[in-house]
Amino acid sequence: MDNLTQKQLKITACKVRQGIIEAVHGAKSGHPGGSLSIADVLTYLYFEKMNIDPTDTKKADRDRFVLSKGHAAPALYSVLANRGYFAVEELKNLRHIGSFLQGHPDMKNIPGVDMSSGSLGQGISAACGMALSAKHFGDTFKVYTIVGDGESEEGQVWEAAMFAAAKKLNNLIAFIDINGLQIDGTVEEVNSPLPLDKKFEAFGWRVIVIDGHNFEQIESAVKSAYEETERPTAILMNTIKGKGVSFMENQVGWHGSAPNDEQYEVAMEELKNALAELEAE
Amino acid sequence: MADVKKIATRDSYGNALVELGNLHDDFVVLDADLAAATKTGIFKKAFPERFYDCGIAEQNMMSIAAGIAATGKKVFASSFAMFASGRAFEQVRNSIGYPHLNVVIGATHAGISVGEDGATHQCCEDIALMRTIPGMTVINPADDTEARLAVFAAYEHNGPVYIRFGRLAVPVVFGDDYKFEIGKGVTLKDGDDITVIASGLMVGESLKAYDMLQEKGVSARIINMPTIKPIDEEIIIKAAKETGKIVTVEEHSVIGGLGSAVCDVVCANCPVPVIKIGVNDTFGHSGPAVELLKNFGLSAENIVDTVLKALNK
Repeated sequence: MDNLTQKQLKITACKVRQGIIEAVHGAKSGHPGGSLSIADVLTYLYFEKMNIDPTDTKKADRDRFVLSKGHAAPALYSVLANRGYFAVEELKNLRHIGSFLQGHPDMKNIPGVDMSSGSLGQGISAACGMALSAKHFGDTFKVYTIVGDGESEEGQVWEAAMFAAAKKLNNLIAFIDINGLQIDGTVEEVNSPLPLDKKFEAFGWRVIVIDGHNFEQIESAVKSAYEETERPTAILMNTIKGKGVSFMENQVGWHGSAPNDEQYEVAMEELKNALAELEAE
Repeated sequence: MADVKKIATRDSYGNALVELGNLHDDFVVLDADLAAATKTGIFKKAFPERFYDCGIAEQNMMSIAAGIAATGKKVFASSFAMFASGRAFEQVRNSIGYPHLNVVIGATHAGISVGEDGATHQCCEDIALMRTIPGMTVINPADDTEARLAVFAAYEHNGPVYIRFGRLAVPVVFGDDYKFEIGKGVTLKDGDDITVIASGLMVGESLKAYDMLQEKGVSARIINMPTIKPIDEEIIIKAAKETGKIVTVEEHSVIGGLGSAVCDVVCANCPVPVIKIGVNDTFGHSGPAVELLKNFGLSAENIVDTVLKALNK
């Protein structure tokens, strides 16, 4: 990945983070922490990698994305808005009565959302279904999903993992967002699903471990996954929950609460400065 | 009715899938390690490359089905009613129901007539569970003819469909000229004194009861109600107005099934007494299916007794 592309992606990801804060503040509820941790990978997928067209949202051969950790909807919505699926101004209407931006992804009403999700564990299965459909009907699209580390405590994640390997879904790439925190505490102390690398390996997946905030590593992992001829790929991303907003980083309290007006100003100021720095580089 | 042809509606399901498979190549069939029992094995044999076994993981299977449907393809997902509607309820609700996807859930081994396996497998709650999901169509076919037509209709339908099939071989009560339409009840016998509304394998019993009641001078109207949701309100309201009393008969809990659906319509439009025959808020138990049905009052004899009592005869 060249420097210019990286710079552009960093700038976009910063704008995506601004959109996340805008949305969660506007909603006065929602999940900023786990949205900020996946802002970079989503930016990479939607701005660099996926075969998609915001002007033809249902085109048949598009790559599919399923946000299995559906509570990170603000991140997906912000990426979609910044990519041109709908106006960025809509983000502040998140979770409002009458808004199409539901608390969790709703494929029926939100342009660009390929699958409704939010009940943990189900999205990765749906992604397997999409990948199976592509293989069966001879379609060439890829299927991407993002699963939370806390989400992987759901038994269904492992039913899906077993299925994907058994059916040789090499067209499926699952990012596991390892930010280490869930509602009741650290993932390790609540009911540890770790080590996730060994578990996915044991289930028959290709496993790649990366820094989820490093675009070069994200890209090389995805490229490597494309070379798989039989196995699905799990890209385990070490991330920082709340990444990009200093007072939210690695704080479990920011899993599911919105910033007040004062915190919103501080967060937006930080992101504005970060953006200015990136653009000046 | 010893000389009447008998076939289990689960067999009708497997056979209809093969017929559909010959006509269309835009769907696949899923099962959860029960293909031999649900009879999707018949489809698997005919179209091995279009059948996917999800193993013993019904929750995953329902979300897999949703994913396939989300790519614009059709899919049938099959298991026992207990696991399809019960274990995987939330997957059906959130992955299939909420996005209103074209998934047909073929649920076999419904009701008490599962027989020897006993209470853990005798699902008498599936209709209640499924009809609470917005946009879900719920069909409980009466015999081979209707089950086959229901599978075809479900394939054409836009939105999720739950079809309930049985394990026990039951008489074929409808001929080749029988018409099935989702959401439509069918008056099988006309009558003025009382209306019996039945679905599933209780339709055959209701027809037997009709003859027995005639001998006792009672003119019962017999309505087959294959679609529990959306239910045919018109035929129910007409029956309530014209006969004044209704008896519902189903191989399902009296809570939340056909009887409840009929009560909803009657209460809101034309309040008349409704007596529900079904499984009375109790678990099933092991035994031969035919004896169990009698045991639970799911018989022509009990329909006759209930009707006579309702008419104070």
